[in-house]
Amino acid sequence: VTGATVTGETPESDEVESVEAFARRARTWLATHMPRADDGLGGYKAVLRSDEDELAHIARCRELQRMLFDGGFAGIAVPRAYGGQGLTAAHQSAFNREIGGYEYPADTQVPTLTPCMSVILEFGSEEQKRRHVPPILKGETFWMQFLSEPSGGSDVAGALTTAVRDGEEWVLNGSKIWTTGAWWADWGLCLARTNWDVPKHRGLTVFMVQIHQPGIEVHRIEMLSGSREFCQEFMTDVRIPDALRIGQVDEGWTVVTRWMYHERTVAGGSPYVTAPTGRPAVALDPTSGPTALVPLSESRGWLGDSRVQELIGEAHAITLIGQALTNHIAEAIRTGAVNDQAAAITRLWYGTTAVRSSVIAYELAGATAVAWSDEESGLGQIGVRFLMRQSSCIAGGTTEMARNAISERVLGMPGERRVDKDVPFRDVPRSPPARERP
Amino acid sequence: MFTRSADQQLFEETTKKYLERAVPPATLRELAGTGNGCPPDFWRQGAELGWTSFAVPEDAGGGSVSEHGVKDLALVAYQFGLHAAPGPLMGSNVVAAALGRWGSPEQRAGTLPELLQGLAIGAWALAEAPPHDRLGEIELTATETAGGFRLEGSKTPVEGGADADYFLVTARSGVGLSQFLVPADTPGMRVTPLHSLDATRTFARLDFEGTQVAGASLVGDAANAGPAVEWLTDLAVTMQLAEMCGAMRWAFDTTLEWTFNRYSFGRPLASYQVIKHRVADMKMWLEASFAITAQAAEAVDGDRPDRSELVSAGKFYVGRYGVELLQDCVQLHGGIGLTFDHDLHLFLRRVVTDAPLFGTPGQHAARLADILAQEAAR
Repeated sequence: VTGATVTGETPESDEVESVEAFARRARTWLATHMPRADDGLGGYKAVLRSDEDELAHIARCRELQRMLFDGGFAGIAVPRAYGGQGLTAAHQSAFNREIGGYEYPADTQVPTLTPCMSVILEFGSEEQKRRHVPPILKGETFWMQFLSEPSGGSDVAGALTTAVRDGEEWVLNGSKIWTTGAWWADWGLCLARTNWDVPKHRGLTVFMVQIHQPGIEVHRIEMLSGSREFCQEFMTDVRIPDALRIGQVDEGWTVVTRWMYHERTVAGGSPYVTAPTGRPAVALDPTSGPTALVPLSESRGWLGDSRVQELIGEAHAITLIGQALTNHIAEAIRTGAVNDQAAAITRLWYGTTAVRSSVIAYELAGATAVAWSDEESGLGQIGVRFLMRQSSCIAGGTTEMARNAISERVLGMPGERRVDKDVPFRDVPRSPPARERP
Repeated sequence: MFTRSADQQLFEETTKKYLERAVPPATLRELAGTGNGCPPDFWRQGAELGWTSFAVPEDAGGGSVSEHGVKDLALVAYQFGLHAAPGPLMGSNVVAAALGRWGSPEQRAGTLPELLQGLAIGAWALAEAPPHDRLGEIELTATETAGGFRLEGSKTPVEGGADADYFLVTARSGVGLSQFLVPADTPGMRVTPLHSLDATRTFARLDFEGTQVAGASLVGDAANAGPAVEWLTDLAVTMQLAEMCGAMRWAFDTTLEWTFNRYSFGRPLASYQVIKHRVADMKMWLEASFAITAQAAEAVDGDRPDRSELVSAGKFYVGRYGVELLQDCVQLHGGIGLTFDHDLHLFLRRVVTDAPLFGTPGQHAARLADILAQEAAR
């Protein structure tokens, strides 16, 4: 193999490259160009990064994404006109099978590539796609979801952030919350209410908003783990051009329905996510992984205890079955055996089993997870993580919402009684104003 | 559950129709607690359909529908679960698989064809009485004698033990394990029928008190059957997984339909969010069980290195959540779900019976931990 044949350039012909040939080409390219990953499962490193480290990490993700782009492996299933490779979801899956063991831009994937880029690709105008997708694939822009609001996370259609038209511009006012990394990210995909006089689902519109501009104040939220990655944004008279509107005015709910679908595919099945097969795009907690539990239990002389063995085995079974289930559901959706709402099954799985894994790790860590020395900070992290246990069932849509989706959209059980459906949104009862600006 | 080839679909459909006709729930209720739980000629006709031959290599008289015999067999087991079917599917297949792979020419020419044709019934005597009842623990001893081997110890519970013609007995001989093909009429072997939960399956305890068996009854090499026993365990558990998936499917579909048709306080049960959320959890357990079962069957069929890992992950999960699913289905049915007249118990019995046999869910989790620890040590 000469240097010239491993540049990763897509073959000239118009015929779609076979998945097998593509996989071979990817294998060669990865071996030559991508650094090997530190698997991150061995030790109990503290998982919190300093701001400095976080920025360095993001810079590294930008670099890695750029390497994929230059090699011809960014946006594998994205049309060439928008900077992608014009191949298929099967090619992306093949790439994900090959990339195990290599460094990859883990933080570019979610929410930048999906759901944000997925939504732009699906609803953006030709011009919007040509303008906004290539910088994403090159690692130049990171996107965040301006979706949840302090008034309620699951009731997305109840957004109170308001956009009022003023000539060729829109004026945005309101607040968004739970945007990871908004303090360093570039763009937000923002849901806003453009009509208060129609029922809630019919008065919404989606906009693309540059995060760092006059009128947007980004406040960092401190979580129980000490993490300050989640942000809340306060928008005051933010003016944006109509060219940044995605989809039709007042028809944002159509966009959001697909947006939330793409969000559910982050656990597996998205044609745009680059991540090693079997590993969800959202990073797992390395301190509670089954591989880490073996040395942990061994160090305390517990490995011979059948109860401990059962817990370790359960954690490992959860990992193996999660991979099997992710592929099983993705395949069923792909072949049309089930509708795309079945992605909620995978979401429910990762939420509930992460809780279980956290319980197991906390139990095996024992009292050291409550009070620890510097040398034991890995075990301390298991405790800190346990405080945050429910996050897997809340973030990205609660497991209660996933259960609704499974029962109503997959199994056809009756929907809940709605009091907010056929009345103007301004007449729908709502909570008193939440969270004051700090 | 699995992606099926056209041939597999056709085959599965034939088995399904046969089971629907031969052993509908009303028949199962009549057969409950009688003899071997099968209608006359049921097993021989099933053997004609191929039920006994999929785990046996072709050169030993076996065969497959898809060239992936274990996956074909898993489809049969799935249909058995879906119909709570009676019959020695487990025992006859395990014994036939062992003879087909490791049997002597005489065993392959004599006993194996009888098993393949459904004329004789096999049973696997693996598990032992407490305190030696953990997965993989074998204390029954085989001591070499002038005329063969002397067996000392007990096996229980042995599925199909009261009706089997041949037992595959797993024994410890010195440092390793040995397997013996022991006919049911062997003098000095005591067969005691047991009470059991399954409606149409029988179980027995076997006691060997210095029982003499011929040297020719050895299956494979003496003291070297460890890997064979592991493989047979993985095969047996794969069949259990597929069968439990079938029973779960029946219970889930039936219960979902029930929630639509059963009205309470003027509304169908299906309209209550508390019911919907439980059904959603059950749906997740069901799909996860299908997913890992398909993976396990594929790994066993291909004899992959991760075979035991996937099988044990499956047994841990399906054994635990399959039981939960069935019990939750009973709960959603209310009192009627606890009656003999409702069909649900036929499937509940099947799943709760499969769950602890050939290793409890907890023991399989421990087996997984053991695999991880071995990997870590490497």
